[in-house]
Amino acid sequence: MRASLRRAERARTLRGLGLALPLILFTFVFFLLPIAGMLVKSVQNGPMPDILPQTSALLQPWRATEPRTLPDEAVFAAFAEELRTAARNRTLPELASRLNFENAGYRSLLMATARRLPETPAGSWRDTLVGLNPQWGEVAIWAALGRASPRLTEGYLLAALDHRRDDNDNVQPIDPSRAVYVAALTRTLEISAIVTFLCLVLAYPLAYRLATLPESTANLLMILVLLPFWTSLLVRTASWLVILQREGPLNEALQWLGVIGQPLDLVFNRPGVLIAMTHVLLPFMVLPIYSVMKGIPPNYMRAATSLGAPFFTAFRRVYLPLSLPGVTAGCLLVFILSIGYYITPLLIGGPNDQMVSALIAFLTLQTLNWGLAAALGAVLLVITVALYLVYTRVVGTDGMKLG
Amino acid sequence: MNDAFVTFEKVRKTYDGRTLVVSDLDLVIARGEFLTMLGPSGSGKTTCLMMLAGFERPTAGRITLGGRPIDGVPPHKRDIGVVFQNYALFPHMTVVENVAFPLSVRKLSAAAADRKARAALGMVHLQHLADRRPSQLSGGQQQRVALARALVFEPVLILMDEPLGALDKQLREAMQYEIKHLHERLGVTIVYVTHDQSEALTMSDRVAVFNEGRIQQLSTPKELYERPQNAFVAGFIGENNRVDGTLKRLAGGDCEVETAAGPLRCEAIGDRSPGARKLISIRPERVRIVADGAAYANVMPARVEEVIYHGDHLRLRLSTMKVDDFIAKVPNAESGHSFAAGQELRIGFNTADCLALDAPG
Repeated sequence: MRASLRRAERARTLRGLGLALPLILFTFVFFLLPIAGMLVKSVQNGPMPDILPQTSALLQPWRATEPRTLPDEAVFAAFAEELRTAARNRTLPELASRLNFENAGYRSLLMATARRLPETPAGSWRDTLVGLNPQWGEVAIWAALGRASPRLTEGYLLAALDHRRDDNDNVQPIDPSRAVYVAALTRTLEISAIVTFLCLVLAYPLAYRLATLPESTANLLMILVLLPFWTSLLVRTASWLVILQREGPLNEALQWLGVIGQPLDLVFNRPGVLIAMTHVLLPFMVLPIYSVMKGIPPNYMRAATSLGAPFFTAFRRVYLPLSLPGVTAGCLLVFILSIGYYITPLLIGGPNDQMVSALIAFLTLQTLNWGLAAALGAVLLVITVALYLVYTRVVGTDGMKLG
Repeated sequence: MNDAFVTFEKVRKTYDGRTLVVSDLDLVIARGEFLTMLGPSGSGKTTCLMMLAGFERPTAGRITLGGRPIDGVPPHKRDIGVVFQNYALFPHMTVVENVAFPLSVRKLSAAAADRKARAALGMVHLQHLADRRPSQLSGGQQQRVALARALVFEPVLILMDEPLGALDKQLREAMQYEIKHLHERLGVTIVYVTHDQSEALTMSDRVAVFNEGRIQQLSTPKELYERPQNAFVAGFIGENNRVDGTLKRLAGGDCEVETAAGPLRCEAIGDRSPGARKLISIRPERVRIVADGAAYANVMPARVEEVIYHGDHLRLRLSTMKVDDFIAKVPNAESGHSFAAGQELRIGFNTADCLALDAPG
């Protein structure tokens, strides 16, 4: 009997699994795998251990020496040998690109040296290389090679946080004039927080009104809320560009009404980004709050007033706590979505409004520094997950309702 | 029961400007009274309650509480406790926090509020569940919490909107007694809305039967059942057999009504002019099976169509007086009864149990 029960149950379990399978596969292949890939990429060092295996191995003990002096002749000899092999195998450009991330002049140094490298050293290999380019006599290039030699590196993650290892491999903040990533990260978080706040301020009263209106009117208004979803993000952003510009309808209307004397600067700056992003993300705040409010029976507010609470007290002590799960879900949704925003700040923002995603796109598409792009993504992921954990710790997962 | 505590004066309510949900309602409720508004759904009883609580405004007319008009008083200042359908306990608060809510919004100290709330829970025998959440309680327990919450701030008036509607039959009966005893002990005025006639009859001092926005009859439960004033009340409260007829003549306090099966001696209610169209109402339990043909003002031949066994009584469906769904309730008091379909017999009923009401329409 137990076996037949198991058989019967198994068919049902399989059927259930079959329905969910496309989603599970999709999530795995197009969500979890790329994230894992990104995390791996953010700590993967590059091709040097494969292209210069011996040099890489020899540089390891050297990196432990303190204070740093030039490596000994064996390292120079191995390097010269492997450099020639790499040039012959056409793997050198790959290595040169990797080293160029350490210092922008290292690509040409490596390529030129390989071109002019003699078959046999004139004296020691050290003197020969220094003779070709005096940079080979400095610790800096060897420290850079040393950093590129292990298979894994924390260099990209450090760079994503505006830090680097100096020639003695000590972690140092980079020159403030070249620091961009931490500023971009904090700017991203700041913009996301402000947008989330603005959405909440606009969405809460709206959702309350929608939830208390008769069904037919509420449905009509809900269509207005959802209407932006039926337009492409790019079109919406472009229309904001038109509306907000100096000679745009908004400025003209305000001037005509006499509210302002001079047109306001609303594009290519922070207010423009905030306005456009708030508009685009508003439905994501309205929907969860509305659906939670819809589930609050109107009798609760009536009960609270009949028990002696004025409207505001009744609202604060009964309605607000009951609607919080929707607020929680909406805030989390909007915040996470805005952290990844790219097009809107790119089109409407100025140079000081670019968010991390824009930098990631730049690193991925222009400089091809995928390691750093992945590291920035990883930092963003960690921040998001940390915020989510803090959030669920504070409100509890059952205190959040998406619909 | 003599001083007017709540009055409705010519109160009207319309939502759409065309149909009146409540039309020209006059009602006086005495201090300490248990008054039930009884009626089918859509009869205006809940609207009356909501106007009294302050959630709806009368379109016209005036409501007074304790001698003062309350139209301009917002709900939270009326000092009226309301027990809602489905209880409306706040799910994010514990039981004792729920009960303490009206006290804490009245700025009572937390300790005093907690003490009073627990005392109120004791009154409904729930002090041991004070720190649970409402969702962990059964329906009957939630109902008692809602009751305690409406009572704890000692309101002058308590309104109950179908409070027992969601409970099963047995629990509902137990709660009826509990509410009635609380009313007797505390002496508060209670206005109770229900569509359940047995609830109305067992609990109330007086019952107002609503239909189509009007009070059809306002009287004690006994009078409501024994002497309904019109066909709607007779039909809505309890079962009745109906026979059409025309009033022929008055005879003393009684009257004679001509029916399709001959004249019946009835008690005339309403129109007493000869020729008036009448609807005769006879309660099934007042119909007797006549053995010797004596002692009844009306005796009619009847044929048993169906016998339904109910344990404590039998229901006989009879053909008589040109109708075939005349019901007689026979107590199963002695085991000697034996009825069978097709059996011919004679039924009798007295003048006082045979009410000649005005025919509707």
